[in-house]
Amino acid sequence: MVTRVFAFLLLAYFVYSLSVYFGNSGEKPSTDVQKGFAQWQSKNCQSCHQLYGLGGYMGPDLTNLMSAKEKGAAYASVFIKNGSARMPAFHLSDGEVEQLIAFLQWVDRSGHTTVPADKVTSFGNYQLDK
Amino acid sequence: MNNQNRILTGTALVMLLLSLFFGVFAALSFFAPNFFSGLMPFQQVRPFHVSAALFWIITGAAAGICFYQTDVFADVKPFSFLTGTFTALWVTAIVLIFFSYATSEFGGREYWEFPPFINWILLTAWLFFITAFLRTVFLSKKEKPVYVWMWSTGVLFFLFTFIEQNLWQFSWFRESFIREMTVQWKSNGSMVGAWNQMIYGTALYLMVKISGDEGIARSKKAWFSYFLGLTNLIFNWGHHIYNVPSAWWIRDVAYAISMTEWILVISIIQGFKHKLAERDRYRHLTPYRFLIASEGWIFLNLLLALLMSIPAVNRYTHGTHITVAHAMGTTIGINTMILLASISYMLKTDDSKHKKLGTLFGMSYWVSQFSLFIFWSALIVAGLVKGMKMAAEPAPLFSVVMESVYPVLKIFLYAGIPLAAGLIVILVLLLKRLLNDKKENE
Repeated sequence: MVTRVFAFLLLAYFVYSLSVYFGNSGEKPSTDVQKGFAQWQSKNCQSCHQLYGLGGYMGPDLTNLMSAKEKGAAYASVFIKNGSARMPAFHLSDGEVEQLIAFLQWVDRSGHTTVPADKVTSFGNYQLDK
Repeated sequence: MNNQNRILTGTALVMLLLSLFFGVFAALSFFAPNFFSGLMPFQQVRPFHVSAALFWIITGAAAGICFYQTDVFADVKPFSFLTGTFTALWVTAIVLIFFSYATSEFGGREYWEFPPFINWILLTAWLFFITAFLRTVFLSKKEKPVYVWMWSTGVLFFLFTFIEQNLWQFSWFRESFIREMTVQWKSNGSMVGAWNQMIYGTALYLMVKISGDEGIARSKKAWFSYFLGLTNLIFNWGHHIYNVPSAWWIRDVAYAISMTEWILVISIIQGFKHKLAERDRYRHLTPYRFLIASEGWIFLNLLLALLMSIPAVNRYTHGTHITVAHAMGTTIGINTMILLASISYMLKTDDSKHKKLGTLFGMSYWVSQFSLFIFWSALIVAGLVKGMKMAAEPAPLFSVVMESVYPVLKIFLYAGIPLAAGLIVILVLLLKRLLNDKKENE
C-alpha cells in the first residue's frame, strides 16, 4: 500500500512538472535580452533587487521599472553606470548597459509585480491577466 | 563516529558558523552600507551567507543519514567507498563555491549564486550518496519505518529538484520569462520540501531513540503526515509566484494543497498535552531540548506559512520581510534545531563522560531561543509595514517605504547579534566535542 501511494505521487510529480514546463510560455528573448540576462546573473543583481518580489531586499523591485512613471531606461542607466549610496557602480560599457536594459524591458513586458485589489476573487485567490 | 562522518559533521558546523558570521555582516551592511561595502560589497556577502546556510542544512542532513544508517541497517555492510567519494566531492565543491565568491565569480541564481559548472561536482557527489543510501535500503531485509521512507524521499527529491534547478541552462527554459521564473521557483520550493523530508526523518528517528518507542515511526498518524508532506512537496510551491502571470491552475493547485496543512496545525494542538508530559520526562537530554524547540518553531512557522499561502494575504506579504521571517524561522528555528539535536546525539553529549557540556550550553540555548523570537517577530512587523505601504495605489517610492521599515529592522539587528552569539557558543562546544571524539577514537 505504502509503495503504491508513493509510486502514484512520484508519477503525479513528473506529470505535473511537465504540465508546468509546457503550460507556461511568453515572448522569446532577443540576443540583446539574453546577453542582458547573463549580465544580470554575473553581477549577481538578484542579491539586492527583486523581480516579481523574489530576490534581495537592499534595493527596489525592478520588474516594472521600465514602464514606471518618471523612471524607465534613462533613469536606470544613471544608476547602473554610477551606482548610489547603496549600489556599487559596475563600470559597464554602454553596450552592456543597453543589454541589461533590454533584459529589464523584456521582464517588464511579461507582467506586473503588484496585484491590483480588483484581481482578488471572493475565494481569496487572484484572477490575473496573461 | 568514523572519519567520513566526522568530516561531514565538521563541515556542516563550520558552514553554520560562516553563515552566522556573514549574516551579521550582511545585516550591518544594511544599516551602514558605506563602511561595510568598503570591506566587502553586499552582493558578495549575501551569497556567502545564503550558501553557507544552505550547505549547513544539506550537509548536516546528509551527515545524520550517513551516521544513522549503520544503526538502522545493521544487516547491510556500509558502502564506505561511495559515501567517502560523496564526502570528498561535496567538500571540494563547497571550497570551490566559496573561492568563486571570494573572486566575485557569480552564477546569479537565487540560493545557488555560484558559477554553474560547480553544479556538476555537486550532482556527481549526490549520485554517489544516493547510490550508497538506496542500495543499503534495498539490500536491508528489515521492515522500513516512516523515517527510512522520509530519508529516501528526501535524497531522491533533492536529486530531482537539483536537476530541475539547473534546467535554465537549456535555452528552451529561458525562451519565456514566465516559464523561467515558474520553473526556478518550482524547483526551489520543492527542494525545501526535499531537505525537510531528510531532516524531519532524522527528528522522528531521534524521538524513537530517545523514547525507545519504535511504534511512533510506524503509526497511521506518522504515515499520514509523511504522505501529506510529500504531497505538499510536489504541489505546494506556488505561493512563491502567486503574482507571476503563469498558468492559472498553478495558483489554484498550490492554494488548495497548502490548506491541507491546517490538519498538521490541529494535530499539533491536539498533541500539546502529551508533549508537556513528554517534555518533563526528557528535558534533561540535550538532543531532546533542541527537538522540543523545533516543535514550537514548527507550530509558529506553519501558521505563518498557511497565512502566506492564501493569495489575498500573500498580496501584502510577498516580497516583504515576512518572507524573510518565514525563511529564517524555518531554517534557524526548525532545521537548525533538529540538526543540532542530531549532532548532539551523534556526539553523545548526554554520555556520563560529557553530561555537563555546561551551564554555558544551557544559557546559550535560551539566549538563542529568546533572541530568535524577537528577531522573527521584528521581521514580521517590518514586513507588515512594507507590505501595507507597497500595496497602496500608486505605490510610494521604495526609499520612502524603507524609511518606515528601518526602525523595526534595527530591532531585528539587535536581536540577531545575541542570536548569533548564542548559536556560536553552542557550535564551538560541539566542534570541541567533535575534536575530542577524534582523539578518543585514536
